[in-house]
Amino acid sequence: MSTTTTTESRSRGKAPAGERIADWADGRLGIYSLAKANMRKIFPDHWSFMLGEVCLYSFLIIILTGVYLTLFFHPSMNEVVYHGSYVPLQGQLMSEAFSSTLHISFEVRGGLLIRQIHHWAALIFLAGMFVHMMRVFFTGAFRKPREINWLFGFLLFVLGMFTGFTGYSLPDDLLSGTGVRFTEGAILSMPIVGTYISFFLFGGEFPGHDFVARFYSIHILLLPGIMLGLVVGHLILVFYHKHTQFAGPGKSNKNVVGMPLLPVYMAKAGGFFFLVFGAIAAIAAIAQINPIWAIGPYRPDQVSTGAQPDWYMGFAEGLIRYMPGWEINLWGHTLVLGVFIPLVLFGVVLAALALYPFIESWITGDKREHHILDRPRNAPTRTALGVAWVTMYMITLVGGGNDLWATHFHLSINSITWFVRIFFFVGPVIAYIVTKRICLGLQRRDRDKVLHGRETGTIKRLPHGEFVEIHEPLSQEQLHTLTAHEQYQPLELGPTVDENGVERKLKGSQKLRAKISKAYFDEDSQIEKPTVDEYKEITSGHGHH
Amino acid sequence: MKKLSARRRHPLAAVVVLLLALAATGGLYAAFAPASKAQADETSQSLAIDEGKKLYAVGCASCHGTGGQGSSDGPSLVGVGAAAVDFQVGTGRMPAATSQGPQVVKKKNIYSQAQIDQLATYIASLGAGPNVPTSAQYGPEGADIAKGGELFRTNCAQCHNFTGKGGALTEGKFAPDLEGVDPKHIYEAMQTGPQNMPSFPDTTLSEQNKKDIIAYLNAVNSDETVNPGGLELGGLGPVSEGLFAWIFGLGALVAVAVWVAARTAKAKKS
Repeated sequence: MSTTTTTESRSRGKAPAGERIADWADGRLGIYSLAKANMRKIFPDHWSFMLGEVCLYSFLIIILTGVYLTLFFHPSMNEVVYHGSYVPLQGQLMSEAFSSTLHISFEVRGGLLIRQIHHWAALIFLAGMFVHMMRVFFTGAFRKPREINWLFGFLLFVLGMFTGFTGYSLPDDLLSGTGVRFTEGAILSMPIVGTYISFFLFGGEFPGHDFVARFYSIHILLLPGIMLGLVVGHLILVFYHKHTQFAGPGKSNKNVVGMPLLPVYMAKAGGFFFLVFGAIAAIAAIAQINPIWAIGPYRPDQVSTGAQPDWYMGFAEGLIRYMPGWEINLWGHTLVLGVFIPLVLFGVVLAALALYPFIESWITGDKREHHILDRPRNAPTRTALGVAWVTMYMITLVGGGNDLWATHFHLSINSITWFVRIFFFVGPVIAYIVTKRICLGLQRRDRDKVLHGRETGTIKRLPHGEFVEIHEPLSQEQLHTLTAHEQYQPLELGPTVDENGVERKLKGSQKLRAKISKAYFDEDSQIEKPTVDEYKEITSGHGHH
Repeated sequence: MKKLSARRRHPLAAVVVLLLALAATGGLYAAFAPASKAQADETSQSLAIDEGKKLYAVGCASCHGTGGQGSSDGPSLVGVGAAAVDFQVGTGRMPAATSQGPQVVKKKNIYSQAQIDQLATYIASLGAGPNVPTSAQYGPEGADIAKGGELFRTNCAQCHNFTGKGGALTEGKFAPDLEGVDPKHIYEAMQTGPQNMPSFPDTTLSEQNKKDIIAYLNAVNSDETVNPGGLELGGLGPVSEGLFAWIFGLGALVAVAVWVAARTAKAKKS
């Protein structure tokens, strides 16, 4: 095809330069067919679909600023005496890592701003991933065919946490050093293997002389490398699956309604990148983050109050802070349950999130593809479970910052710890019940709206004196949107005795599935949406206002 | 010598030795014991004690006892020294309210410095204790800020945070923010260890060490502190930073996303 174009254009004189370059590239890369297939990819419009973009762009910003920082950072724990421009540290002994971070902050042109952009972007990246994940969860976008992409996203979140943690540890300041010590403690609490892993990781007794250099490799090479691969995979899958959309007229499981990638979305996304970069740069220019010069160099014999990790690890901090300090001593060995149980919980709570799509598909038994999103209210049990999870996460974050809650709200730190201990268990239950009731209430309202129309607020007085409110019927489009969702029925196990009177053996897992399915979909867990017949009966005008 | 050794078994010899020993101990004590400041000016000293005693009877005696011996409501003040009085009354912590929370907090001081000095003189007269430091002791001259920082992180940061922003203790008690605290009061607090704070006498933290710590605090936690990175966000570390990132960082970006999504390209009608 490209040959014919060239011969034709040659006969009429030279083709424009742009066309010739494109032709040259296509002849070698075959991008035309690829572009043809993907340039017109449609993306639906909704602000919450841009949360993933926030993550992608902040990730790019982190990589760009991180490259700049590597030019000046010395990942070494050699001890040096500080002679730089920050007076309150002059003459102090510190590691080269710390002193080079001071150098970046005070002497390198733009160094402090870039450091702050890097750090703020990291916090926002993780927060963005958290919210993006919640968006996907509450709209049911993780259902088939997107379960693997959900796992990719989950892995990105977890790896992001650890990339953030290793980066936060690099300056070798007193705050991050305390965090590394915390991590060492968590590793040591693992029975049998803990000591070996710790000695392997730190190259001997903590802190040793190796961990900054090792964390550096992990932070700038290993984890970002894996994350970059996952991001590419994540995006390829988004292209391959096409984007999900909310229900509405003209939108089905087989189409995507929205704007094409080129030119509309390219322009939007490109502009959005600069807006994200601008917002993060503005924040970094306004607010200080991780002022390591005020924190001081790490020394294992020093510690400060208010030593917390960045927010995404605050969850781990919280679990440790409010776990009672239990331990078991057996045959001269100590099992530090006070640290080990939080470590296990940390994994379990995250794993629950990762596995949820598979659990839900097992319960519903639904093997179809879903490209239309659920409104959270229309999946009350899922929504309630999600809110319960978020509640537990947030309560744990409160536990992680218990000292600041105590000082800022004039409370006793002991009461806060006890509150958190109790509400770690009770909070999610309350959140579950309340959320489910709210969802059911909203479903009822939707049902009412469909059957009786919108309350206009206009009061009419009838000739015989009765006052009635005028209800305005919904448009066809609104009716469609409110009734587009499908509702599952609870799983029936069928008779336990077949027609010949032989008892049918039910597996335990089947019974469990039926039970959970009932909890998800029985009449207490969802309001039946109005049927066409109900609608017709009411709107045909038999005595209804 | 011979005469002395001849009488060493005299029945009164033991008494003489005892007397000599007592005189020597007493003399040595008188020579080396911390001397009262106003020794030279005895009349003004006793006048101050009298005035202080009157003030004490009005403001302090109900809890600390009529003679400073203490009661179930307040500890004994014998031997706490003038420095403790100057700190407690000077920062308004004393006299404390009859019913208070987990700890006595700083409030508006109701005494003049002269009255505080009189109170301090009276309390010091009850038993020797640390004196009020002079400005040469807590002033910035000859202080090593960096050394002060090291000392602060070693001895103080556990409760008062890296730069003295304060922190929580058990049961609602707390280590206060040290911003804007008079250097004299910081010195006295280290010297006397008020409430939950351990005391750091000169044998633990020398006079020079205390001076260094005060200079460090002045550099990192005062009006003169420069924050090269912008807003300090309370200087409390990652918790306030995380909150800021969520509210202003992600909040701003979500607002931008809503704005971008609301401005969609309209399909051309054909």
